[in-house]
Amino acid sequence: MTTSRTGRGDWLSRGLWLAGIAVFVFIYAPLLVVVLYSFHDSRIIAWPLHLGTLSWYGVLWHDRGMVDAVVASLKLALLAVVIALGIGVPGAFLLDRYEFPGKALFQRLVLLPLILPGIITGVSLLTFFTFIGLPLSAGFPYVPGWPVVLGHGTALVSVVVTQVFARLQRLDRFQEEASMDLYADAWLTFWHVTLPNIRTAMLGAALLVFTLSLDEIAVTFFLIGRQNTIPLQIWGLLRRGITPEVNAISTIIFLVSVVVIVIWARLMHDPQGARA
Amino acid sequence: MTARSLPAPDSRLTWLDRLRARPRARTALAAALPVGWVTVFLFLPYLLLLIHSFWRLDEHQVIVHQWTLASYRRLFTTDVYPATILFSARIALSVTLLSLVLAFPLAYLLAFKVRRYKNLMYMAVIIPLWVSYLVRAYAWKIILGQEGILNGLLAQLGLIHEPLQFLLYSKWAVIIALTHIYTPFTLMPIYAVLEAIPPSLKEASQDLYAGRFQTFVHVILPLALPGVLAGSTFAFVLSMGDFIAPQLLGGNDSALMVSNVVVSLFGVAYNWPLGAAVSVVMLALVVTLLTIANRLEERFNYRGERGRAMKTDALAAVVTESRA
Amino acid sequence: MPGFLPPVTPPLVELRTVTKRFGDFVAVDDLSLAIAGGEFLTLLGASGSGKTTTLRMIAGFEQPTTGAIWMDGQPIHALPPYKRHVNTVFQNYALFPHMSVRDNVAYGLRMRGVAKPEIAERVDAALAMVHLEALESRAPRQLSGGQQQRVALARALVNRPKVLLLDEPLGALDLKLRKEMQLELKHLQTQVGITFLYVTHDQEEALTMSDRIALMRAGKIEQLGTPREIYERPATRYAADFIGETNLLAARVRAAVPGRLTLEIEGQALEVPAPASSVAPGQEVWLSVRPEVMTMVDATPPAGHNSLEGTVEEGIYAGSLTRLRLRLPGGSALVLHLAPTGTARAAGAHARVAWPADRGVCLVA
Repeated sequence: MTTSRTGRGDWLSRGLWLAGIAVFVFIYAPLLVVVLYSFHDSRIIAWPLHLGTLSWYGVLWHDRGMVDAVVASLKLALLAVVIALGIGVPGAFLLDRYEFPGKALFQRLVLLPLILPGIITGVSLLTFFTFIGLPLSAGFPYVPGWPVVLGHGTALVSVVVTQVFARLQRLDRFQEEASMDLYADAWLTFWHVTLPNIRTAMLGAALLVFTLSLDEIAVTFFLIGRQNTIPLQIWGLLRRGITPEVNAISTIIFLVSVVVIVIWARLMHDPQGARA
Repeated sequence: MTARSLPAPDSRLTWLDRLRARPRARTALAAALPVGWVTVFLFLPYLLLLIHSFWRLDEHQVIVHQWTLASYRRLFTTDVYPATILFSARIALSVTLLSLVLAFPLAYLLAFKVRRYKNLMYMAVIIPLWVSYLVRAYAWKIILGQEGILNGLLAQLGLIHEPLQFLLYSKWAVIIALTHIYTPFTLMPIYAVLEAIPPSLKEASQDLYAGRFQTFVHVILPLALPGVLAGSTFAFVLSMGDFIAPQLLGGNDSALMVSNVVVSLFGVAYNWPLGAAVSVVMLALVVTLLTIANRLEERFNYRGERGRAMKTDALAAVVTESRA
Repeated sequence: MPGFLPPVTPPLVELRTVTKRFGDFVAVDDLSLAIAGGEFLTLLGASGSGKTTTLRMIAGFEQPTTGAIWMDGQPIHALPPYKRHVNTVFQNYALFPHMSVRDNVAYGLRMRGVAKPEIAERVDAALAMVHLEALESRAPRQLSGGQQQRVALARALVNRPKVLLLDEPLGALDLKLRKEMQLELKHLQTQVGITFLYVTHDQEEALTMSDRIALMRAGKIEQLGTPREIYERPATRYAADFIGETNLLAARVRAAVPGRLTLEIEGQALEVPAPASSVAPGQEVWLSVRPEVMTMVDATPPAGHNSLEGTVEEGIYAGSLTRLRLRLPGGSALVLHLAPTGTARAAGAHARVAWPADRGVCLVA
């Protein structure tokens, strides 16, 4: 790349770097604030910051409501992953390999929950479940109700579809032909050749669905029964006034999200041929 | 090499083989589960919402299943609702423009000026997207509050003598917070298109006597247009439909955001048909915007087949974001 | 057009009036072909000629729209690929990236349910045949193009198919490697004795490797024959022009006797062997003369030779020969090959070329 040695060029370049770094700081600083204040030694969140205590994490640990919410969120996320994968992987294959009347409509529909504001999806599902008479708390004990489980799964199907579809598009078609040429029928070909190549995309999508489900607010807000999920629990705490306990749970969520996303990124860059 | 031959494969056909030769049956089988599910749990609910908007609430707070435009009439004649939609649109517009201004330089930097660790840096910029939305909105509450960090810092620096009131619980807080949340989102498609510009294009432009600014305006910007369009569309659409940030940070102004109106109509202010009508209007607006954006993107997509593949990837990556 | 076919053995693979349509586009048009066991047959043609589609129909990846494909006395056109005893070497090799070289080669045997010890033995032999034993535990992405190609070959051959289908397998290799592999493949085929059906657009490759060549054009077979037959006795202008270089001169038939024609080109009388189809005096035909059979002569050509006079236009040096272009008075051009030791002619100089009369070919189509 040519480097301009004129003064004006340097000024432009330096300005660009400054702008970029400033934006980067803007993106991260608030998160840093939340993390730092989880160690604040006063109940009141104000400036200046006094670091030095882990007590808020202790409060978190003993907060019965919050612990229940965490458990409920985890169960909900796992169920959402099962549904999203179960519908999303066949959906991705359908879009990649088959033509049928109404395919464009189907494609649009599948992507809608991702593109639309969540409340529209949430409200639609609420009217649906009310219409068919399924109460919000219907379901098995110890497990979040059917409406919220189905709602999460459905809203997040699109995540799986887009991720797996993108990977499928990149697959070398000739590999599957080669496999069939070598005496493997459709099922064996899928198992030995196709699946290994989309495995990491599926795993990555599952991780994303899990993370997104944990943080889902809009759809959950309308469909949740008596239990609370983590975001709704935090929401409740916020209405009562801010305490650093909220910072503590936020910090934990932040760290968990970062770990999950880093794992997802490693999966996406798998060296096994099909690179994301 | 061993000359022993292997027997020919079994040439009898199983039912699976026969199915393979019947494309229509295969398609039906493959489509059954996904299409069925999407129909029941996506198509029907959205349809039902649409239908609800054509019903109305009677005096006894019961939803009357009669076709009527009463809810829409109420929506458009009562000042509150159109004003709300316009207000939300203005806020969304501010957020979109601000995000663009912030995202573009950083995207440009990452795409063209960062050599080593480019992937790492890009990941670092994207990670906040997946961190809890609530956390990010809540952070601004701490920063902008009367006893918050911003006020505290400014006071300590002697720049102000009284805490700034207008920061929190106002539309400014909402705009700042939403900009913070959606800037990485806007950045992703812009980065994707910038990254895809082959360095040889820049070199060719400079070979043909164009300076850096001219190269930017005549070569880079037009090619970046689809990404800019994609990013701004999503930022706008999602800002419009946001309801957490306004409720947390908006104060009185929050009542004027569309999503809050919908929430209350489906909750406290119990009027589902009206709430559905408002949702449908918002839906129509969003779909219109997306269609326009799509058309524009296609028009300005100079990269042809590869450009289209680019967008699908960007979409796949971009559209997995947590938001309220 | 019938080519040389061993009279006793029935064909191994037969395509009977096979047509393949993709929507409105006819890729293969009423094609009939008989492939003998143990032969190296090449489908040669430009892109779009239908050669790859034909190959894929034999492999099972496409179904003929009409017509039948028989192998070893059984119809196979309705069978899926995994039930046919043929194997394919793909143009991009299509190696499985998530398996080692060894696992790739063993794949077909595994899918057939062959016992593990036998698999090991056969895979060892296959790898040895392509000289890749040392790389058996590598992943495909760690191999060079040439090595990947050998793995693809081993993976197919280890299954001892009745026919090996090769879809332009050498296309991605550089020139030198390609020429080496051409010879290796030919030797391999002779050694193993399996029928090879080879697809390529490279006519030199086809000439080097094949027992028979089927020149394809627009979904039909333009000419079927041995390399020598097609090169020395092309049946059509297309065939003459596609393979090797040739000079095509417009001519009119002056007289016809059994076995010989007298043609008139630019007022001159030239002799040429009669073509297979009958021609009448006055008919317009084409004369094909290859550059390498022409020589520069002085005033009188030797007996049994035709000759033409023209002006030297340009000589382009090409290492082992020089291409000399001669402009005839009527406007057409002739290209001939001069050996390095030949006398150079200056541009603008007058020259006379001659060639043995029976090396010319008269083409009707």
